[in-house]
Amino acid sequence: MEAHLQFLAKKKITLSFLIIAFLVFCFLILNKALNKDKTYSPIFQNEKATYLPNFNLPELFSSNEIVLSEIIKEREFSLINIWASWCVPCREENDLLKSLSNISSLQNIGINYKDKKKNSINFLNDYGNPFKYNLADYNGTESINLGAYGVPETFLINKNRKILLKIIGPIDNDHIKKIKEIIND
Amino acid sequence: MLSNVGFLSLFFGLISSFVVFLYSVLNIKKNSLNLEKKIYKFLTLQFFFVVISFFILSYSFFISDFSNATVYNNSHSTKPLFYKITGLWGNHEGSLLLWLLVLTSFILFFFFNSKNEIKNFRLYTVIFHQIIVIGFFIFVLKTSNPFDTLFPIPPEGLGLNPILQDPALAIHPPILYVGYVGTSIIFASALAAMVTGYVNSIWAKNLKKWVLISWTFLTGGILLGSIWAYYELGWGGFWFWDPVENISLMPWLSLTALLHCISTLEKRDLLKSWSIILCIVTFMLSITGTFLVRSGILNSVHTFANDPSRGIYILSFLFILIFMSFVIFFIFESKNLENKKQIFFLSKETSVLINNWFMIYFLSVVLIGTVYPIFLDVITSEKISVGPPFYNKLLIPFLVPFFLFMSVGPSMNWIKTNLKFKVSYIYYFLLTSIATGITVYFLSQKNLLTIILIFSLFFLIIKTLPNFLKNNTNNSQNLSHLGFAMLMLSILFNSVTSTEIIKNIKVGDSFISKNEKITFKKVRTEEEKNYSSIIGIFEIKNNNNEIIKLNPAIRIYNQPVVATSEAAIKTTLFKDRFITINLIKDEQLFNVRYQNKPFMIWIWISTLIIIFGGTFAIFSKKKNYP
Repeated sequence: MEAHLQFLAKKKITLSFLIIAFLVFCFLILNKALNKDKTYSPIFQNEKATYLPNFNLPELFSSNEIVLSEIIKEREFSLINIWASWCVPCREENDLLKSLSNISSLQNIGINYKDKKKNSINFLNDYGNPFKYNLADYNGTESINLGAYGVPETFLINKNRKILLKIIGPIDNDHIKKIKEIIND
Repeated sequence: MLSNVGFLSLFFGLISSFVVFLYSVLNIKKNSLNLEKKIYKFLTLQFFFVVISFFILSYSFFISDFSNATVYNNSHSTKPLFYKITGLWGNHEGSLLLWLLVLTSFILFFFFNSKNEIKNFRLYTVIFHQIIVIGFFIFVLKTSNPFDTLFPIPPEGLGLNPILQDPALAIHPPILYVGYVGTSIIFASALAAMVTGYVNSIWAKNLKKWVLISWTFLTGGILLGSIWAYYELGWGGFWFWDPVENISLMPWLSLTALLHCISTLEKRDLLKSWSIILCIVTFMLSITGTFLVRSGILNSVHTFANDPSRGIYILSFLFILIFMSFVIFFIFESKNLENKKQIFFLSKETSVLINNWFMIYFLSVVLIGTVYPIFLDVITSEKISVGPPFYNKLLIPFLVPFFLFMSVGPSMNWIKTNLKFKVSYIYYFLLTSIATGITVYFLSQKNLLTIILIFSLFFLIIKTLPNFLKNNTNNSQNLSHLGFAMLMLSILFNSVTSTEIIKNIKVGDSFISKNEKITFKKVRTEEEKNYSSIIGIFEIKNNNNEIIKLNPAIRIYNQPVVATSEAAIKTTLFKDRFITINLIKDEQLFNVRYQNKPFMIWIWISTLIIIFGGTFAIFSKKKNYP
């Protein structure tokens, strides 16, 4: 009887230990998740990657599937801008993007990131549509694969998807100058 | 100035909580009536101080006092009065104040209402509950003070997100919070019952009211959230398996399990440990919900400024509570929670257990779907998103046995059921088969799983309906079960028969959907106080030549400037017609989305029936069902 009780007590202690270990594990993971640097970029790590991966995404208005490698053949250079209607800096850079939209060798491609279709269309109506192509990345996975740190983010690429310039955060007049320099070279 | 008073009042509230805590601890050893009166006094005082802060914040919203940062960030002077007030809980700081208000009112109500119960049980409940209250007081004061002041005083506020300016959403948080916070009483009371050895039928009977209150309000809160998503978000759906939705569903599932379990404890003095575990788990899930929403942990990449100290605070608080309950459970488990009775195979006890297994399974699926991406991200840096296909695959097949058990469970007896063959079973079976046959024919469904689901749901309804006629029956239970069956049936019909058409058309054009001709008549503009709208006038002609008019709109709000699209929805008993329009830049065309959604209204009606069931149970005096 006593041996049995001792066995039970032992079992209980082992069980408690396991549960506490599990709880500590959960706590550590969640704590790490909280503190984790949420800017994450798998392909762009150490700036080694110089080519943008190819992808297909639905068109924002029509939902037709669009393949990146096909549409970038249309012009010498493509400016890929990742944006969202809920992102305030995106509103500010919208005018600058528009100023780039009439350069003949360049086309603007917008990737709408983790957004509601309705909101993103409203955004384009309100602030103007600087993009030749509007792609929608509803769950955000393609943008993450591109190595986006967040919104807004901009890539300048050539016909072969080589990355010529990557801008994290909103673009400003200096960036515009730089883009124009690269294009005119 | 006013803001300082509000802050000070919150601070005094915190001090009162400490006093209550201290007096309760002191009173456990002593048995002084004087001390009990003091506890009463300070509980009232604590509630009173929170009420004062709450009123001050409401008043600041009312008079648009932009020296208050919370008001500045979330209100605007031209906002309609109703949304000025509801804007109070449309933000982090204000919603926490509301949370505190409900929390402190509940413990006061509990203390007032439990005078007949054992003294030490009441005191321990207050002690455990005060730990939660103090935790939240410190959280508000330290990380999310709703009374931060701004200087110089801004002339105008930033405005409330227009998507939140909706009556269903405006009352959604208070209802949901009553549900969430109710679980804190359940939690504190479970720990107290364990410490004092009071886990018995009387405790279960008293606790059942709180379980019912939480459950009913949580159901209501989820319903309002879904209604808002359906009418306001403009996507035509009502449930998206979004993490924020999931975290309200998880406590609901464990509360449902607890509700069934606590009846067993009440009637048969069984399942003690399990009931206690469910009580604890339910509250933990509520806090986990708060943690996941407030910390911003759910969005892997985003631009909203989020204060990480909030997340860490709630996380630590959550784990302290888990650890505390764990220790208490292990110390007192063997002492107080021994089950000596045997459970027979064919009995109501077994059916309650089966219900609980299913609930725990559903709960685990939702929990894993919600939390797994976070864990995976930390451990492997891989990003995944878990969506409807995951939940559909894992949940739907298990619904079939669940419905079947649910149809027979309530007719089981406590202790032991003798299985006798009755002729009525053949009738039930035939009736169900005929109903399923007819339905499947009309829906022209060929999917086997859908047919089986329809069959099991019809069986559940047909088996539940006669229960209303029996003597000595628990009608609130029957009502809720019926409502649940109808809800599942409506969702099923709705999902298999909905149709959608998206077209870009000009004014004057028309298109055909199924047997209906939709014509875009004209466009009109209107000005309101806080927005201007572009309204499309549509006419739908069905094959009986009846004409239905629908006027979807695009609203452009002025503070902040945001455009939203207002769906026009024509609800009839059998289907909803749902139409939204969007502008297409630089063209004469409008993007029109037309959806036919059968049985939409039945989703709301059946959820309301579930809620009615819960409400009847709260107010029912008769408690001795077989």
